[in-house]
Amino acid sequence: MIRDAAIYGADAVMFDLEDSVSLKEKDTSRFLLFNAIKTLDFGDLETVVRINSLDMGGIDDINAMVRAGIKVIRLPKTETAQDVVEADEAITAAEKQCGRELGSTRMMAAIEGPTGVLNAPAIALASKRLIGIALGAEDYVTSMKTRRFPEKNGEELFFARSMILHAARSAGIAALDTVFSDINDMDTLRKEAELIKQLGFDGKSVINPRQIPVVNAVFTPTQKEIDNALAVKAAIAEAESKGSGVIALNGKMIDKPIVDRAERVLMLAKAAGLAVEE
Amino acid sequence: MKTNKVGRQIPDEIAEKYGVFEGQFARKLTYTKDAAKVTNVLPGESKLVDTIHDAILKTGLKDGMTISFHHHFREGDKVMNMVLAEIAAMGIKNLSLASSSIANVHEPLIDHINNGVITNVTSSGLRDKVGAAISHGIMKNPVVIRSHGGRGRAIEEGSIHIDVAFLGAPSSDEYGNANGSHGKATCGSMGYARVDAEFADKVVIITDNLVPYPNTPISIPQNHVDYVVVVDSIGDPDGIAKGATRFTTNPKELLIAQNGAQAIIESPYFKDGYSFQTGTGGSTLALAQYLADEMRKRQYKASFALGGITSPMCTMLEEGLIEKIIDTQSFDKGAAKSMKDNANHYEISASFYANPGNKGAAVNMLDVVVLSALEVDTDFNVNVMTGSDGLIRGASGGHCDAGAGAKLTLIMTPLIRGRIPTIVDHVNTVITPGESIDIVVTEIGIAINPKRQDLIDAFKNSTLPQYTIQELRDKAYAVVGEPEPIQYNDKVVAVIEYRDGSVIDVVYGVDQ
Repeated sequence: MIRDAAIYGADAVMFDLEDSVSLKEKDTSRFLLFNAIKTLDFGDLETVVRINSLDMGGIDDINAMVRAGIKVIRLPKTETAQDVVEADEAITAAEKQCGRELGSTRMMAAIEGPTGVLNAPAIALASKRLIGIALGAEDYVTSMKTRRFPEKNGEELFFARSMILHAARSAGIAALDTVFSDINDMDTLRKEAELIKQLGFDGKSVINPRQIPVVNAVFTPTQKEIDNALAVKAAIAEAESKGSGVIALNGKMIDKPIVDRAERVLMLAKAAGLAVEE
Repeated sequence: MKTNKVGRQIPDEIAEKYGVFEGQFARKLTYTKDAAKVTNVLPGESKLVDTIHDAILKTGLKDGMTISFHHHFREGDKVMNMVLAEIAAMGIKNLSLASSSIANVHEPLIDHINNGVITNVTSSGLRDKVGAAISHGIMKNPVVIRSHGGRGRAIEEGSIHIDVAFLGAPSSDEYGNANGSHGKATCGSMGYARVDAEFADKVVIITDNLVPYPNTPISIPQNHVDYVVVVDSIGDPDGIAKGATRFTTNPKELLIAQNGAQAIIESPYFKDGYSFQTGTGGSTLALAQYLADEMRKRQYKASFALGGITSPMCTMLEEGLIEKIIDTQSFDKGAAKSMKDNANHYEISASFYANPGNKGAAVNMLDVVVLSALEVDTDFNVNVMTGSDGLIRGASGGHCDAGAGAKLTLIMTPLIRGRIPTIVDHVNTVITPGESIDIVVTEIGIAINPKRQDLIDAFKNSTLPQYTIQELRDKAYAVVGEPEPIQYNDKVVAVIEYRDGSVIDVVYGVDQ
């Protein structure tokens, strides 16, 4: 799977050294992943590694992964801003040791418990390396003495998702949603992806390549959305050429949020490989 | 040594006997059909014989003769082992075995070879243990590997003359009218057996389901049959035909299938009324589903589907996405049932299917075929016979037949299997020449054969990632390295006949 990770159409691939690796295999898997990242061609794919917590081998993970040239380090079970700061320092030390450009290794923080959720705004601002924060829902719902109810709109996650979104947006970084674990239930996966898109998430983690097209389909703009975005851009261009201050399209005023949304739609369309003729 | 068109060195003795491969349509075949000896059966005479032993006696089987079996029962077959055990017990030796194929379940064959009961073998395939034993040199004479169409040709022209055919049948009447659709252990089509029945001097039907005369539908007709033996069981129904075919959930297989489907859909051949053949592997079954989706969208119907048939094809037939199925081998219970119940699911013989020497084989009418590969080389030659250890483990099947016949031939294969590259400089064994192959499909994209400039033009604006075959090889080698050459010894253990009877390759032995 490591070898073929690049071929399934994901935007980023995340390797795990944490919970999916048994304690006995930690060193082996770190060594294997180090060589895989050094050797294999992942193309344009963003490579991410989920490391162990810093007191459980995470420092070794950071040292190896920074040397291998990983693009993003994902910190697990982030509870406080201090967790991020400590990881940042370890990464900086590793970058210095191996001569990698300082700050070139980016970070993601996974928030997987109630403390982390409540500290999300501070966590999101704790390091310049941070490109996003993500919800890890399985540990979170367990701590909250509940379980996941994807068939009931995931209401048990509503507060956590909202906190993470607000924290991310306030800090200007990405908000990424948790995985959906039933790899054979594509209908519920699609509904959950639609829900988190509606909330405002930038994307969703998946655990099986078969889930990628489902999530991508939800996040890919429809032709109607693309046409509308192009119309917005055209109306702006026309207004600018006429020197007109107030811009309207089909009787509705176009203001900055509408322009921003149009640009985001076009950006997503291009990212999805759709032909967009501006 | 003589060098053939795919650059393989063929030892002189073999080259003289068969001629070397000179191109897929280089041989214009003209032959007088071989004739079977017939002894008439008079009113009141019975064809029923109590035991296999008595049937063998009645056929007059002697040392040095040729016997045949069909492989419609695949891994569930009991017939070949039963008959060979009896022949061995009777002390008959030095026989030539001309089975349509040989499965894992036929492992006792190794003893019969070692004991001199069987001294020549021709077959489409040889599986794990038997294949390995042959590769390790247990036979004095090389095995002759023939494709399904090539076997049909060899029997029709008399290169193989079958003295006695022992044909297992899921149902038969006392006069030998037999079919594969009814009975305890159904196999659907009896396409391979039909050739044997027509051209063998003596034909013995072995069944575990004797039904009242006349047994219909008639796959093998009474006028070809000498004797009928009833036994307790001809085979294990679950080994003969698998239950519902499971669709793959392996994401890499799905990706290969998606790429393959896209290649077909974007080709000039995908249109209303097109025809196709797919295999039975995980990727090809998934590909059929992707094709079906697109056919529904565009309201296309396929005029026919050909080949080894699986139940997903039959579902498409029922849905009306395929007008007709012509079936030489039914791979699962659903396919066998469809043949029984659906008049548009039609049984054909292996010669009708693929014999390059007859007056037009069904493969000639194919638009698209999707095939698999163990290895493909940078000349697009395909190996489906020998493994990365050099041992014989595969089957020629209808690979080179459909490849030559179809207008568009795709090979679907992962770039790497385990730690073994599948796109290589030179395949171990050539079964299908590169000139028959148009597009190689992998999980990362496709490579179009440079001889098909028309296809290269047709795919100019495709979103499918395209590579040269050399680039695919380099990508495979970059991950797992270039394979070490296999250490063969100097004994030829198998001759690979191309469908026209020429030699496309030989397989050398591997020391144990």
